[in-house]
Amino acid sequence: MAPISLLAVLLALSAAGYYFGRRKAFALADRAGGAVKLHSRPTYHGALTALWCAIPALLIFGFWLACENEVITHLVVSDMPESIRSLPADRMNLVINDIRNLESGSFVSQTADPAIQTAVDHYRRLRSISHQALAVITIALMVAAGLLVRRRIAAGLRARNQVEGILTVILVACSTIAIFTTIGIVLSVLYEAIRFFNIIPVTEFLFGLDWSPQMAIRADQVGSSGAFGAVPVFLGTALISAIAMVVAVPIGLMSAIYLSEYAGKRLRAVAKPLIEVLAGIPTVVYGFFAALTVAPIIRDWGNWLGLDVASESALAAGLVMGIMIIPFVSSLSDDFINAVPQSLRDGAYSLGATRSETIRQVIVPAAIPGIIGGVLLAVSRAIGETMIVVMAAGLSANLTVNPLAAVTTVTVQIVTLLVGDQEFDSPKTLAAFALGLVLFIVTLCLNVIALYVVRKYREQYE
Amino acid sequence: MSSENIGNSMNSAIKTSAAPPQRRTIDIVNLSLNRRYRAERRFRFYGLAAIVLSLVFLALLFVSIVGRGYSAFWQTHIRLAVFFDPEVLKRDTLVNADYAALVRASLLKMFPQTEGRQDRRMLVALVSSGAVYQLRDMALKDPELVGKTVEAWLPADDDVDMLNKGHFRRDLPESERRVSDKQIAWIERLEAEGRLERHFNTTFLTAGDSREPELAGIWGAVAGSFFTLVITLGLSFPIGVAAAVYLEEFAKKNRWTDLIEVNINNLAAVPSIVFGLLGLAVFLNFFGLPRSAPLVGGLVLTLMTLPTIIIASRSALKSVPPSIREAALGVGASKMQMVVHHVLPLALPGMLTGTIIGMARALGESAPLLMIGMVAFIVDIPKGLTDPATVLPVQIYLWSDSPERAFVERTSAAIMVLLAFLVVMNAGAIILRKKFERRW
Repeated sequence: MAPISLLAVLLALSAAGYYFGRRKAFALADRAGGAVKLHSRPTYHGALTALWCAIPALLIFGFWLACENEVITHLVVSDMPESIRSLPADRMNLVINDIRNLESGSFVSQTADPAIQTAVDHYRRLRSISHQALAVITIALMVAAGLLVRRRIAAGLRARNQVEGILTVILVACSTIAIFTTIGIVLSVLYEAIRFFNIIPVTEFLFGLDWSPQMAIRADQVGSSGAFGAVPVFLGTALISAIAMVVAVPIGLMSAIYLSEYAGKRLRAVAKPLIEVLAGIPTVVYGFFAALTVAPIIRDWGNWLGLDVASESALAAGLVMGIMIIPFVSSLSDDFINAVPQSLRDGAYSLGATRSETIRQVIVPAAIPGIIGGVLLAVSRAIGETMIVVMAAGLSANLTVNPLAAVTTVTVQIVTLLVGDQEFDSPKTLAAFALGLVLFIVTLCLNVIALYVVRKYREQYE
Repeated sequence: MSSENIGNSMNSAIKTSAAPPQRRTIDIVNLSLNRRYRAERRFRFYGLAAIVLSLVFLALLFVSIVGRGYSAFWQTHIRLAVFFDPEVLKRDTLVNADYAALVRASLLKMFPQTEGRQDRRMLVALVSSGAVYQLRDMALKDPELVGKTVEAWLPADDDVDMLNKGHFRRDLPESERRVSDKQIAWIERLEAEGRLERHFNTTFLTAGDSREPELAGIWGAVAGSFFTLVITLGLSFPIGVAAAVYLEEFAKKNRWTDLIEVNINNLAAVPSIVFGLLGLAVFLNFFGLPRSAPLVGGLVLTLMTLPTIIIASRSALKSVPPSIREAALGVGASKMQMVVHHVLPLALPGMLTGTIIGMARALGESAPLLMIGMVAFIVDIPKGLTDPATVLPVQIYLWSDSPERAFVERTSAAIMVLLAFLVVMNAGAIILRKKFERRW
């Protein structure tokens, strides 16, 4: 039985469990003289039966499917002829991939060798056995659990409390997923990064000035040194983010100030949502815009001025990234400016300050912690932004701060190292995880500081 | 009174330093007033300029996309008198027959003076290589056609299409353009005979990816996006709502719940590409799930959108007034009953709004999906959750890398489709909010 139809059967059986549990509770109630005589309403008896049917069976179902592939592959491999089993690990993986591909019928990579063909048949047979066993076990478990709970249904059964207890456990489990995600990120990135640092020393990675991650396939190959000094990459990221902030902070802050202090209701109602639209546009669209519209314009202007502009200049990517971040800065600043109490404004006006003086000397200083927090969040977003730089920034790591030159960023390198063939034993693939670790740590620090500052600021005027 | 005092003290201060005869505060203020008003106007102008500038950027973005992309919804077709030659078709089954020979023959019949292999090849290149599939489908649908001549509109090659739409200039020297002088002469004759027309490009909306721009479509990517979003919605909405309910209604304020809160807020700001690394290391390498599958994409996007949905759901729960809770508890409901029967239904519209906005973000996301192999060149339209697939934003990324001029147009058109989906989703969220928003 295919897993998906088994799942449907399991859900149908739980529904049946609900029905039978409820019916038994109603029958009890009739005999005892009305539903009031029961501790819990009959629906709770039904729900309890259904939950006990579904939860253990679904847990086994998930666990089984998660392990199935590994176990079957192991069994198939151990039954293969000695000549194949003695292959080195990477060749072995190819053979296993072939078997899996042949088995799912997606494509045939070579004319099937009889040994492989038997292995495929073996694989197929084992899998159908596994699916049948899974079906038998889960269905038996469900029926048993359902019957057991149904027998326990009595007038005094505290079904509601039990159902609510189970639901609470589910709620707690859901809320811990955030923690598990963080742990998952840290562990997975850290694990591969440590493997990388076993090959390349940490100091060389963090302080080396030369980045060219292409590994030589042959020893005599030219230009593929496999150097992993990430400073040029970090510098490129900093350069592009700095350009983005130079664009986004003044424009975002000034538009927030104008909208909250000067603009009339009508302009505010139109301009604010329109600026927010900039935040809703997918980054891949900005990347296309940067690569096809902005970069050529900048190059033409540069050539007209007699400057040497790279076709994938940091300026184009940074400028467009800045446009993307404008609404982020402006909506956060808007919040903070509005949170400044009216009494401060009134005080400044009554001393004869003009509006701009009030803003510059009273409101902005009062809101500055919040604004700084918002800018830090924006910086973290700029550092982690991927698609714009992948499409509009360069690939080669140049150690320069010239905004007209092509530079590369951490995210671009992660994408180029991981798209395509991955070998989890070569530093080239693992380097992506080391870069990812740096990216995660840096953005995490920025976020923690920013969220702390913002929270403190919010409390100040509440 | 007090201002006079200040004025007096300032007066005395000025007296001691500069000592001109009797200057009153009001004079000093009046003297500086023009400068201050100018500063005020300047400041105001900067603010207005910032808004205008961001709106100009927005307009420029839309104009450049729509200006490049709208023409992709039309495709140049060539009308040919195709003779379904029994000689050619009988050589093989009707499915495998050499339909390219039919196209070749009908083109040569129209331009009989074409000599030489190179010229012939240039002539045949006018018609898309996908034309053969159209002829095959015609023949399979109606086998009676064999032996007859049919006037058929066949898709033109992308170069012809670009020339026809004016994206290639005809006045450039021959070596600098992709269409040769001879081809232009043929095209002009076809135009004069009314055999060259632009039709609505249904291929673009119904086909999967292709290396040939005139045969490439977005439907495969749309289907991939759909399956991915189904997984994302199916997981992130229930989990997000459950987590929000627990944190907002049940959890006691202690170190544990603080930790969860800080975690959620941080995850909301973690770069999306890091979620891709997580997906690659955990879902693909550890659990061995298939690469390029919407299933894995949906899981990764679930983890990415969960914080957004949890935060939105919590604020929706917060906006339900405590009196509702107290009333429910007062008539004897348990805490769970109070939440499920009373608070949740009232908070649901707000939660749904947040979920739609989260889904819109997930629909536009591409960086984490690059990590888990959803960038493959996939021609087939995915039919299930584990078929190899790509999604709309990644398709845009792939096409934007292609060198053909016609793909620029198609990329822009795909962006227009993506933006249309986003507009619909966001409009839905706004309508939902307007319709169910309650002020207590």
